[in-house]
Amino acid sequence: MNKTQKKVALLAVGTALTVLLAGCAMAPTSQAVDEATAQVLKGSFREQGIARLDRLKLDASNQACSEAAGKPLDEKLAKAIEEANLKTVKFPLDGKFIGNWREGEKIAQNGRGLTWSDKPGEANGGSCYNCHQISKAELSFGSIGPSLYNYGKLRGVSDPAAAASKPIVEYTWGKLWNAKAYNACSGMPRFGHAAILGEQQIRDVMALLLDPQSPVNK
Amino acid sequence: MKSSLYGPAALAALTALALFPLSAAAQKSTAEGIAEYRAMLADGNPAELYEAKGELIWKQARGPKNASLEKCDLGKGPGVVKGTFVELPRFFADTRRVQDLESRLLTCMEQLQGFNAADIAKTSFGTGEQKTIESLVAYISGESRGMSFNLPQAHAQEKLMYEVGKKVFYLRGGPYDFSCASCHGEDNKRVRLQDLPNLTKEPGASTGFGAWPAYRVSSGDLWSMQRRLNDCYRQQRFPFPGYASDATIALGVYMGVNSKGGASTAPALKR
Repeated sequence: MNKTQKKVALLAVGTALTVLLAGCAMAPTSQAVDEATAQVLKGSFREQGIARLDRLKLDASNQACSEAAGKPLDEKLAKAIEEANLKTVKFPLDGKFIGNWREGEKIAQNGRGLTWSDKPGEANGGSCYNCHQISKAELSFGSIGPSLYNYGKLRGVSDPAAAASKPIVEYTWGKLWNAKAYNACSGMPRFGHAAILGEQQIRDVMALLLDPQSPVNK
Repeated sequence: MKSSLYGPAALAALTALALFPLSAAAQKSTAEGIAEYRAMLADGNPAELYEAKGELIWKQARGPKNASLEKCDLGKGPGVVKGTFVELPRFFADTRRVQDLESRLLTCMEQLQGFNAADIAKTSFGTGEQKTIESLVAYISGESRGMSFNLPQAHAQEKLMYEVGKKVFYLRGGPYDFSCASCHGEDNKRVRLQDLPNLTKEPGASTGFGAWPAYRVSSGDLWSMQRRLNDCYRQQRFPFPGYASDATIALGVYMGVNSKGGASTAPALKR
């Protein structure tokens, strides 16, 4: 390499470095983004009615799923989150899993509860129709979650009290109690775990899904 | 040969043709139904009244300093309105902040007219000076109607706010574990009967972001983007986002940058 060639080569490296550095200066580091985000969140929200600021504190599941930004989690991490959530599932002490599907249908229709405009102490709804097709008669349903029409029938539940139905009954209860026990970043609220619905309300939604007399299985 | 016209195959084809419009109508999707409903109302979008009022207010001497907003810099120089809406939020050198249309209007109302921006930010939506802002955003957005979103991303603060906005968009919190992405992170989803734009990319981003401010038939009022975001957060069961707060501005940057190339329809009409 002669002197001129060296000079040209050095100049090229220098230009590449300048472009690279400019690029670095432009794109914020992930640390800078995290710090700025924390600061922005701290300064942007206030408490209103029953919606307190602690709602911005994330548990390990929400932390990991927020960071994933819509992308799938690492398999090991997903499994760990699911196991931790499964441990929170509380089965009914009296062994009674199935309530009244008519009450369950009302809960599925009711989308109220826990917003800053809701009053404390009022019974919350399940908001089920917001995301799921459930009964055939209701046309105003969402599609964020899968269709639950014929939920029990498709899973072969002809008698929820029968021993053969036990695995489906327990899984359904667990899913309603804490959906993240089976899918780490499930979009479904953790109805029992987060105390959105009470035990009797969950029994009634169970009946809506599993009772052969419910419109879901007709 | 002539008789073949009335043969069974031809008859079936004719019947199918005759029935086609009917079956197509029967299969009309919810989205098409809603689009049709909007089209029927579009001729008389009440947002036009807000636009006209907003233009008057923009030019009117008001506030303790008895001045108009005609020297307000929305990003393209003092007094320029046309084309500003599709480039907001952006960085402003005088405030050293990234601002959306509404936070920028607060700055102008304070600096030029002598209003107290913090007091206006605390005012309930649809009352007092908040009502003024709703007319102003209708006018200003209307002056960019049909233009394509092209938010600047040259300044380091603008890049940072995009990344912060993305973080805030995917932040899952509250008792329901919801984030903005819970409803607006995928294509072709709906809540109840309402179609949900995917705000993470085009064309969903401009369909959603580019339609606000909008006249909402269900509430009989014009809603600004800040009001729309506020109600999203209410339904997410989050705490209350401050009016013109940085979290809402960061979300505006995220959605606005994702809308690049898509046309603004604001002020639009919503059911």
